[in-house]
Amino acid sequence: MTRLGATSSLTVTATGPLTTIQDVTGRPGRARLGVGVSGAADRAALRRANRLVGNDESAAGLEATFGGLAFRVTTTTSVAVTGAPAPVWVGERPGDVDRAVVVPAGAQLRLGQPPSGLRSYVAVRGGIAVREVLGSRATDTVAGIGPPPVAVGHELPVGPTPPWPVPAVDVAPEVADAAVLRVVLGPRDDWFGAAAVAEFLGSGWTVTEDADRVGIRLDGAELTRAAGREDAELPSEGVIRGSVQVPPSGRPTVFLADHPVTGGYPVIAVVLDADTDRAGQLRPGATLRFRRAGPPSSRRARSGR
Amino acid sequence: MTRTVRPCGDTGLLVEVDSLADVLALHAALAAAPPDGVLDLVPAARTVLLRVRSPADLAAVADDVRTRETARATEREAQGEVTEIGVTYDGEDLDDVAAHTGLSREEVVAAHTGQLWTVAFAGFTPGFGYLAGEHARLAVPRRPSSRTRVPAGAVGLAGEFSGVYPRSSPGGWQLIGRTDHVLWDLDHDPPAVLVPGARIRFRAR
Repeated sequence: MTRLGATSSLTVTATGPLTTIQDVTGRPGRARLGVGVSGAADRAALRRANRLVGNDESAAGLEATFGGLAFRVTTTTSVAVTGAPAPVWVGERPGDVDRAVVVPAGAQLRLGQPPSGLRSYVAVRGGIAVREVLGSRATDTVAGIGPPPVAVGHELPVGPTPPWPVPAVDVAPEVADAAVLRVVLGPRDDWFGAAAVAEFLGSGWTVTEDADRVGIRLDGAELTRAAGREDAELPSEGVIRGSVQVPPSGRPTVFLADHPVTGGYPVIAVVLDADTDRAGQLRPGATLRFRRAGPPSSRRARSGR
Repeated sequence: MTRTVRPCGDTGLLVEVDSLADVLALHAALAAAPPDGVLDLVPAARTVLLRVRSPADLAAVADDVRTRETARATEREAQGEVTEIGVTYDGEDLDDVAAHTGLSREEVVAAHTGQLWTVAFAGFTPGFGYLAGEHARLAVPRRPSSRTRVPAGAVGLAGEFSGVYPRSSPGGWQLIGRTDHVLWDLDHDPPAVLVPGARIRFRAR
């Protein structure tokens, strides 16, 4: 890959099931062209990883799905791992998650499998400095825009060291395997009967194996359409991250970072933007519930903004 | 025009209107002067989705959308340029399209080049625009089965829409021709030529 003013680089020696380069902003403003936002599935975790190594929050980092990532650094640098708490090793020594770890020149940083959560984020001081595509370094796994998924042997350039120091501490939330996601009903809750809406909000859901950066398919109750809507077709319409789309099977899908820009099945509810980060940490088998969000004025405290 | 504003989480609104013409009008008005805080504007067949920066922007954006004045199609057409796309009309489905529409091959080409097309919305793959014409003489169903690979530059018809495949992909549209006009280039921003609201005229070559 091209080096753009890079001062050092890292060489990938293992990737786990899937590692991609992501940033928190992705590519907003281009959905009308069919280009989705993309970016980190758990933006809060990547922001925190960046803060821990003194990067701007917008710097690109690595999103490792179910651990297994390893790389060597060419120069001594600080690295932070956040999100799913994968065991961290620097060479043969265990390291910590949620704090800056020094990796000496030539040493290898390695992630094991996280006991909870799904996606770990690795920020390197200076950020991953691959070439931007449409203003972002994020990999959109569906549109094929941005850098390719990280592969063994890739040499990833690291950007210039930021002028401010590595901070002492940062607060990390717990990653849980059971979650409550707050939703706003609609835009198409009227396509479902009152009983189906009550079931959507009242019952527990399990994340199936069909879970990736596009979305997570859930198993649980079957959400039936309202009388008269059983066979109706919805003209495709725009969807956003967090949209809970219900195909004819009645089993909902929660859209994540690489969701399609439009969808042809009714969206019963949309997860609050802040809660979509936690949705990005739900692994197959994890359970969740949806809870109707209170009025806007009551939401701030929990969204952490 | 009737507008129904539906909630879409805490950072979006879905505006539903009665027709594709109303979508084009509302999208044009909003794109010309986007409400404060709007990050994405996504037109579709009967809706325009607005995605905002922060939940705090939603109320003002909803008010703006409910009361936004739109220009008539004739006024919009007076402004802005028309992109011309040269097409070689030798598509594999040209005879099927002629049979469906009751036109000759030459009349299909004349109907395709003889009307002004407007990109209504994008869909199914980045940079693929659904082009709405001025009449429905070329309305045809999709092919009974999709092709596994349609080459970049293929010009097709489906429903009342025309489209050009920006990149090679699977596809079920009836193919009438091909162009070498570059419609998708990631080194440009926007990377697509067929952006909603853009007006296109096809020229036979």
